[in-house]
Amino acid sequence: MGTVMVSTTVDNSEDFRRRLKEVYGIDTALCYQCGKCAAGCPTAFAMENTVRQLIRMIQMGLIREVLSSYSIWACAACETCSVRCPREVEPARLMESLRIEAQRAGLVSDKTSKTFHDLFLQSVEDHGLLHEVGMMARLNVLTGNLFSNAEFGPAMLAQGKLHFLPKKIENPEAVARIFANVRKKRGEIK
Amino acid sequence: MRYGYYPGCSLTGTGIEYGLSADAVIRHLNMDMKEIRDWNCCGASSAHNHDPLLSIALPARNLALAEQQGFREVAVPCAACYQRIKAAEVAARDPLKRREMEEVIEEELSGAIVARSLLEIMVHDIDDSALAAQIRRPLQGLKVACYYGCLLVKPRAIAMDEAENPMTMDHLMERLGATPVEWGYKTECCGGSLTLTRPDTGVQMTAEVLKYAKLAGADCVVTPCPLCTSNLDMRQGTAEKKLGRSLGLPIYYFTELMGFAFGLPMKTLGLDRHFVEATGLLQSLPVPASG
Repeated sequence: MGTVMVSTTVDNSEDFRRRLKEVYGIDTALCYQCGKCAAGCPTAFAMENTVRQLIRMIQMGLIREVLSSYSIWACAACETCSVRCPREVEPARLMESLRIEAQRAGLVSDKTSKTFHDLFLQSVEDHGLLHEVGMMARLNVLTGNLFSNAEFGPAMLAQGKLHFLPKKIENPEAVARIFANVRKKRGEIK
Repeated sequence: MRYGYYPGCSLTGTGIEYGLSADAVIRHLNMDMKEIRDWNCCGASSAHNHDPLLSIALPARNLALAEQQGFREVAVPCAACYQRIKAAEVAARDPLKRREMEEVIEEELSGAIVARSLLEIMVHDIDDSALAAQIRRPLQGLKVACYYGCLLVKPRAIAMDEAENPMTMDHLMERLGATPVEWGYKTECCGGSLTLTRPDTGVQMTAEVLKYAKLAGADCVVTPCPLCTSNLDMRQGTAEKKLGRSLGLPIYYFTELMGFAFGLPMKTLGLDRHFVEATGLLQSLPVPASG
């Protein structure tokens, strides 16, 4: 994915809020800051700004701060906030949108998460399936944590949970074409 | 045929017990169900963090294949796959969105096919007497904490049950003879999506779920999700260290407990492939008097 110039993408905060509405269907103006989202958030303890604060920051135009925050990557996407929001802001989908926009703007603060998602999707694009072992091994190499989760390896092997060779679907080209078509639609060429 | 079965990537790997036990139970009940040919990964949990169109297009190809192969419904065991495939089904109800999806997947979508979780199919489509007739080893005296996790019940547009206090699996467990405990963590997130990227955050959440299951008096936890299970089972040792207490809670898929109650062999169900030993508790249940 190409990097978008931050100054032209997010400097004008009204543009950013319009983009959230048009592309993702999220209207942050609906939020009246009741805080129900953050109160029920199981990862609030790991965030420097809670989801309620992030919404307020977007309302105030602090877009760059929001997109480069760690908090958006600490979200577990459990959707509890979206179920409980009395204004149907859908905070979980907002967080997801912010993760996508952070990647577009080249403002990702959590490189491990970005690497994880890139490797995951590369596996699906190549094989039509996720190859769990290949993805994990590459993640460990690329993030410099070579032995992360390796302690579970022997038991998982004995349990028949590890497959070292990736399987492919019959027609992996069909899935690769989905990726290509989405890129074309977004005006990106890989 | 009624149901097109969509196993998803986990069910031959980290969730192999789910795959084995679901297969065994489906076969045992002689259900009108067959695997969708050439299915692809639904994209969970990365496509929806990358591109909104990709996130509905990847699962939509499976809906299109299922339609072409003559299935009326898609049966999805994995909670993460269910959430993504259901989201694609919901998106395809909008004609504009559907056209966009069709263009990208290069297949037609009627918008008529329905995605359902294997859990709701087992509970709503198999009647009480048919299920009761299969039970050889009732789960008498087994106290289970039904843990639904997030992805079957949130957000509302895709939910197969209520988000705060779902009961589908509780009812199934009662029908198998077990006693579901009352507890408040049925749908609190176990942190599964963070275990690879932010393990410290993830394990704290895992520990909370397990702690409250234990406090509620459960002997074990039962789930419909391979992400939750591998998390609660594989990382239970780490969670125990965090909590400073031992838990010893076997984590079962609902299909494993169905299969056990039906009298199927433990090995067939994958019950010997757990991190927290899972066969002893079931073997200790009282054997019903024959006849």
